[in-house]
Amino acid sequence: MARAVTKQRKTINTIAAWAVGLLIFFPILWTILTSFKTEAQAISDPPVFLFFDWTLENYGVVQERSDYMRFLWNSVIIAGGSTLLGIIVAVPAAWSMAFVPSKRTKDILLWMLSTKMLPAVGVLYPIYLIFISLGLLDTRIGLVVVMMLINLPIIVWMLYTYFREIPGEILEAARMDGASLKNEILYVLTPMAVPGIASTILLNFILAWNEAFWTLNLTAAKAAPLTAFIASYSSPEGLFYAKLSAASTMAIAPILILGWFSQKQLVRGLTFGAVK
Amino acid sequence: MGNITLSQVTKTFGDVEVIPPLDLQINDGEFVVFVGPSGCGKSTLLRLIAGLEDVTSGKIEIDGQNATELPPARRGLAMVFQSYALYPHMTVRKNIAFPLKMAKMSEAEIKKRVDHAASILNLSDYIDRRPGQLSGGQRQRVAIGRAIVREPAAFLFDEPLSNLDAALRVGMRLEISELHKRLATTMVYVTHDQVEAMTMADKIVVLRAGNIEQVGSPLELYRTPRNKFVAGFIGSPTMNLIEGPEAQKHGAHTIGIRPEHIEVSASDGPWQGVVGVAEHLGSDTFFHIHDSGLADPMTVRASGEVSFRHGDRIYMTPRTDLIHKFDTQGQRIA
Repeated sequence: MARAVTKQRKTINTIAAWAVGLLIFFPILWTILTSFKTEAQAISDPPVFLFFDWTLENYGVVQERSDYMRFLWNSVIIAGGSTLLGIIVAVPAAWSMAFVPSKRTKDILLWMLSTKMLPAVGVLYPIYLIFISLGLLDTRIGLVVVMMLINLPIIVWMLYTYFREIPGEILEAARMDGASLKNEILYVLTPMAVPGIASTILLNFILAWNEAFWTLNLTAAKAAPLTAFIASYSSPEGLFYAKLSAASTMAIAPILILGWFSQKQLVRGLTFGAVK
Repeated sequence: MGNITLSQVTKTFGDVEVIPPLDLQINDGEFVVFVGPSGCGKSTLLRLIAGLEDVTSGKIEIDGQNATELPPARRGLAMVFQSYALYPHMTVRKNIAFPLKMAKMSEAEIKKRVDHAASILNLSDYIDRRPGQLSGGQRQRVAIGRAIVREPAAFLFDEPLSNLDAALRVGMRLEISELHKRLATTMVYVTHDQVEAMTMADKIVVLRAGNIEQVGSPLELYRTPRNKFVAGFIGSPTMNLIEGPEAQKHGAHTIGIRPEHIEVSASDGPWQGVVGVAEHLGSDTFFHIHDSGLADPMTVRASGEVSFRHGDRIYMTPRTDLIHKFDTQGQRIA
C-alpha cells in the first residue's frame, strides 16, 4: 500500500529538505560571500550576511599575487591525467573480475579496498623518500601516478559493479554471432558500459581535484595545483580571510560547475546497483 | 549441413562431474530436444556444443571437422538464449544484422537478408525499435532472426520459451516448428518441459545427472521407455508406477500404467479406489484416486463426459497390453 502523503506533510518535507540542503551548502555559500567583502567586513562581529560593500578587489589581489591559471592547469593535468591512467588500468582489471571471476576475486577486491582504510600519512614517509630518489618531487607526472594509485581501488570497484550488471549472456551472444574479443568489447560491451564508465571518470576526477594531502605534501611550486593555491592563503598572521575566500572560490568554481552540469549522471553512478 | 557428433565428451566443474563420458550423434536436419529435470546437465551439454564451455575431455565434431578447440564464433552455429540476450543499445535491424556485420558482409547483402528475416518473422513493423520497446514474444523473434540470417549449420536453443506466458509459448512453439520445416536446418533445443519435447522433436534425448537415459522419437519414448525414469518423465499426466503384490503378478518389481490406459467404471473392474481431486479440462478429466492399495494417488485420464464426485468409489480396468514392466534396477523388462 502506498503511504498517504498529505499536503501538509509534503510542505514539511520540502522545508526540511531545503533546510538540510542549505545547512550543507552554507560553508560554501559563506566562503563565496566572504570573497566579495573587504578584509574588515570579513571578520566583523556581528558578521554581515548580504548587506556589505560588494567588491571584486580580493580577486584582483589574488590574481596579482599568484598565477591562478598555472595552478588551475596543474589541477586539470593531475586530475585528468590520473583519471585517464586509472581508467586504462582499471577497465581490463574490472572486466576480468566481472566476467572471468576466480575463487579469489572477492578477496582481491576487498583487499584493494582495504588499502583505502589506511591513514594516508602512514605511507607519507616512504612515498616521500621514493619521490626524492626518483626525482618526482614537485612534478606533475609524480602526482598523476600517486593520485591514480590512491583512487584506483575506487575506480576498479565502481567499474566492476557496472560490468557485473551487464548480463553475461549478451556477451556470449556476441561470441556466438562471430564477434572477436576486440569486436565484442568495441560493439557490445563498451556501448553498454558507457554510462558507468562516464560516471566513474566524473567521480574520480572530482576526487582527484579535491585531494589535498598528497598534493600539498609532494609539491612545492612547479606542480602545485589549486589545493596548494588555497593553502598558500591560509596564514597564521595577517588578515587574509577575504582573500583566502576568493582563492577558495576560484579553486572550487570549476569543479562546482562541472558537478552541477553532471549531477544527474553522478547520482546515478553513486547509487548504481543499490536500487534497481 | 549440420551433423554434430559428440564422442566421449565429459565436463567437470572443479570436483563435480556434470557430464560423465557421453556419446551422441545429431544428424543433419534433425530437430533434437534435450530434456530432463533442472540440473541434469542439458544446458551444459548445449553450451559445450556451442563452445561457450570447454570440454574437459572428449571430442566434438561438426560436419566431420574437429571443433573441440574452436571458439564459438568459428563453429558456424547460432544460438537463441533463454533471456533472448539482445543487444539493448541496437535497433532490431542492427541486432539482426550484427552477425552479418561480424562476417564482413556487404551492406546490400546485409539489408537484403535482414529484410527477408524480418518479413519471415513478422518483425518488419518493429525494425527500427530497440529491444526495450518490444514485448517478450517480439524479442524472442528478434533473437531467432539474429540466428537465422547467418544460415548456420545448426541452431541451438536454450529454453527459449520459458520466459513467455503460456499462450505465447504455444504460439512460439508452433512458429519454431514451422521454421524448422521451412529451413530444414539442424536444431538442438533444450527444455525441461516434456510437452515441448514431445510436440517439437524428431529425436528426444532424456538426460539425468549428465547421463543419457534414452534417445528416441517421441513415440518410442512414450511407448517403450527404457527405464522407470524415462517412463515417469515422458507423458502427461505422468505414468502410474506401482510396486508390491500387483507388480509381482506381472512378474516385475514395478509396473507402470499411463493414466490414459485405464478404463473407469462405477460398478466393476479389478482395481478400485476413492476419488480425490477431479481436474476438469473440458475434453478430459483427470481423476486422482486414493486408497487403491496401488500407487497413491493413482491418476486416471477419462473423457470429459465421465462424472465422479469427490469421495465416490471408482473401479479401474488397466489395458494389460499397455502395462510397462521394470526390474529392481528400474530397467525395462522386455
